[in-house]
Amino acid sequence: MIVGSIAKVSGPVVSAEGMSGAKMYDITRVGELGLIGEVVRLDGDVAIVQVYEDTSGLRVGEKVECTEEPLLLELGPGLLSSIYDGIQRRLTDIAENYGDFVVRGVSTVALPRDRKWAFQPMVEVGDEVQEGDIVGEVQETTHITHRIMVPPGMSGRVAEVKEGEFTVDETVVVLEGGAEIKLHQTWPARVPRPVRRKENPTVPFITGTRILDTFFPIAQGGYSIIPGGFGTGKTVTETTLAKWADADIVIYIGCGERGNEITEVLAEFPSLIDPKTGVPLMQRTILVANTSNMPVAAREASIYTGITLAEYYRDMGYNVALMADSTSRWGEALREVSGRLEEMPGEEGYPAYLATRLADFYERCGRAVCLGSDERMGSITAIGAVSPPGGDFSEPMTQNSLRITGAFWALDTSLAYRRHFPAISWIKSYTLYLDQIQDWYTKNVAEDWRAMRDKAMSLLQKEVELQEIVQLVGPDALPDFAKAVLETTRMLREDFLQQFAFSDTDAFCSLRKAYLMLKVILTYYDCLEEVLVQGVPLRQATEHPIKNEIARMKEIPSEDAEEKISDLLDRVQRELRALGEW
Amino acid sequence: MSNGSAFLATTEYRTVGEVAGPLLFVSKVKGAAYNEMVEIRSADGSVKYGQVIELAGELAVVQVFGPTAGLDVERTNVRFRGEVAKMPCSVNLLGRILNGMGQPIDGGPEVFPEEEREITGSPINPWSREEPRDFIQTGISAIDGLNTLVRGQKLPIFSGAGLPGNELAAAIVRNAKILGGEEFAIIFAAMGITRREASFFQDSFAKSGALERVVFFLNLADDPTVERLLTPRCALTVAEFLAFEHDMQVLVILTDMTNYCEALREISTAREEVPGRRGYPGYMYTDLASIYERAGRIKGKPGSVTQVPILAMPDDDITHPIPDLTGYITEGQIVLSRQLHRRGIFPPIDVLPCLSRLMNLGIGEGRTRGDHRGVADQLYAYYAEGVDLRRLVAIVGEEALTDQDRMALKFADAFEQNYLDQKDENRELEQTLELGWKLISMMPKESIKRIKTEYIDKYYNPEAAEEFTASEG
Repeated sequence: MIVGSIAKVSGPVVSAEGMSGAKMYDITRVGELGLIGEVVRLDGDVAIVQVYEDTSGLRVGEKVECTEEPLLLELGPGLLSSIYDGIQRRLTDIAENYGDFVVRGVSTVALPRDRKWAFQPMVEVGDEVQEGDIVGEVQETTHITHRIMVPPGMSGRVAEVKEGEFTVDETVVVLEGGAEIKLHQTWPARVPRPVRRKENPTVPFITGTRILDTFFPIAQGGYSIIPGGFGTGKTVTETTLAKWADADIVIYIGCGERGNEITEVLAEFPSLIDPKTGVPLMQRTILVANTSNMPVAAREASIYTGITLAEYYRDMGYNVALMADSTSRWGEALREVSGRLEEMPGEEGYPAYLATRLADFYERCGRAVCLGSDERMGSITAIGAVSPPGGDFSEPMTQNSLRITGAFWALDTSLAYRRHFPAISWIKSYTLYLDQIQDWYTKNVAEDWRAMRDKAMSLLQKEVELQEIVQLVGPDALPDFAKAVLETTRMLREDFLQQFAFSDTDAFCSLRKAYLMLKVILTYYDCLEEVLVQGVPLRQATEHPIKNEIARMKEIPSEDAEEKISDLLDRVQRELRALGEW
Repeated sequence: MSNGSAFLATTEYRTVGEVAGPLLFVSKVKGAAYNEMVEIRSADGSVKYGQVIELAGELAVVQVFGPTAGLDVERTNVRFRGEVAKMPCSVNLLGRILNGMGQPIDGGPEVFPEEEREITGSPINPWSREEPRDFIQTGISAIDGLNTLVRGQKLPIFSGAGLPGNELAAAIVRNAKILGGEEFAIIFAAMGITRREASFFQDSFAKSGALERVVFFLNLADDPTVERLLTPRCALTVAEFLAFEHDMQVLVILTDMTNYCEALREISTAREEVPGRRGYPGYMYTDLASIYERAGRIKGKPGSVTQVPILAMPDDDITHPIPDLTGYITEGQIVLSRQLHRRGIFPPIDVLPCLSRLMNLGIGEGRTRGDHRGVADQLYAYYAEGVDLRRLVAIVGEEALTDQDRMALKFADAFEQNYLDQKDENRELEQTLELGWKLISMMPKESIKRIKTEYIDKYYNPEAAEEFTASEG
């Protein structure tokens, strides 16, 4: 171990002398309290250390110990349903051992050491294994089987296999030559875990949120950002996605956000039941919580901790969803540390390497053929919230993220003000995955799905143009055909796009239900047009009470949707057309 | 700080090398700690306080609280106190008036601390937090009905120069009660406000008989700017102490956070740091979070810290960095409107940009009433529609509107005059909900889309709304 001493303290940045031999990104223990930090710059024998904890009370001359290892994460059974801080310390252990506040200099193990796991081997003595091969399984939670893999860079012939109950520290497989495979492996957080190759995403990532699934879907292995000013519902959208998204594993990174929000997730997830498996959602979730008042340098690391955990489960062949709330706070942490290092600032004080770091992060997601001879597929879908200052999307974080991500779900303050939730703007948002996943929708939802979607989008676009005219001449001056468009888009907005995240029946909407709802509304529009042609006054048509039934479609549970909404569809056609026959 | 704690590791230096703005550069220092408190004695014997903000070898950079006038390089004596800033905490602080650094200035008896705590505090472990769930009745319809405050929340008031943010805060303090009826202990931290504003609060608390439940921290406009950086931290240290050691329900009023942020910018500039937006330091978000996040509840403890920070939006601009960053940290915001204020409506709460993120946790069946959420959403929807139409009317005239549009316009007026405007009235929640239903009943039944049918059947009553529909002849 290299031991030096503190020469300089400025906020979370400490310079230490006598550190020759230390490497970049090595973990260090700073001062008498043993605060955890990371080497971020070397200059002769001086190491500049970014400290993950509050540095109050540090004195010049106190010792600095370098562990000569980077920030290593422990990966193994026991990760699921855990809550960690940005540097993988177990917050439950900290609470148990140190009280209700996160005091400084504490360390915990990331995986419980006393728990024994039943290991079921899947290889035999004499088998050739290579990196990524599955050597056995552990049932981690009721529905998630934890696959024990040969760590990257290791291969050979199996010399010994054990079966039974083991702790994470115990060896379960020994290769010829003595290499040991334990129930857990370690991996440096800042290094991407290798895969065999990346593949193009073709399967949609189903969220249960109508506007996303229907208008702006992303693919499994895709990445999207949700930018929006405060109060537009970023966090609610992120947690809704974490709850209902179609993923095996969910990693939720609370990066520089509110403590009470994490509490809400903690209180809610264990009691919410995953509709697919029937077990509490918490059993498939890992929380990385570094709230805004926890140290800024650990916030910077939390993103890497989260993505490494995601990669580890992807390597097992799972589809992982990663929610990062909010990436702007991570960018700000980067800016703050960069400022303390006295680096030359780029745009708005952010370091010039912001774009590179962001790209590095998002490129760790995707759909991939994992290491291992069985060619299994896994994916990481990332959804990053962005908190642009003043709600202004021209700022560097939003713009740099946009250049990388494939979908943009723009939250709109004016929608939020009128309590239109989710406040995702259908005008500003876009997705680049439509063409890749269209086939899947055609096959699994409906033949005319894409046509419906495009038609609804063009109506909504037309509404914007008509609204401009209304602003000038008033609604009465519009011809009936234009008014029919406005009537329909009002319906689209209120009865389709609005979705209440806290409702029992409406929080999750199946693809089929969303499609049928859309179809009802568009059919309504077609019928309006038809009867208008036949000379029926618009008012007479729009006063038809079936409108109110359409408004209550949301309340129909997804499992009854097929029958009830199809029935409504028939009646819309029949009853509205009947008006024209008069 | 003042209570004669023993300064064992104290060391004194007369090695000031440079004085620049509020900063003092002391050389040949050994063993000083980062963020350590110092006492500075100038040539004329006057004492100032300061804090170490950077250490580099034997050089210590000290930030002086107060003006550096009178300090010189040769005779200034700097004493390092060997500890970071601490606040003596005691339940006896209730009813006392302290300065911005937590020293009593009311001439009362000395306070014997039960405990001295570092004012920076430690973050509450997210795992140990208890979800805020209990409704706080403020007696104000726009808050109780539409943007409910719950125990453990931080809900700021975005005010503006000349807007009655302080009056609203005083009304909240006066009325605030939990459904159990328990009273709050109040920590009042003033940062850079005028003496007139401070005495307004004192009078208001005295009138409601709350004085003995209040701890005042006063850093007035003419007090040292830098001291303001300590004031909210001292206040919150006491708040945490009372809440989590003495099981009290604590309501913290911080006014005016804009002055706090100005002080932060002043120091940052003096330190020649790279400025962020509008010259505020890049770490302002983190710094504000270290204040606001000290609200909350802890599992297994009955006490709570609820925060109502007040800030003046410069030029009423909600995208200014101070309200912007605050909004990103706090759990919602109450925004005041100059337009409503000019029309004599009190409290002039512009409900459209308001939000309480924790509202859903505090309301509903078993807490307030089952229809609470739906009523709030429906009122919002109608009012937003009405406000939009006003803009349209200004251009095309009222004649061009449809009947439903005219109803929405009428609704918006009735909403402002009856729901928002309540002067000094302290409304029970039941009254607020009833008023909401009256307003909703102005509108056709089939246009109600946010409320469950069972509640519409139960509460919808167009006859009750006649007074509103008739009044607008």
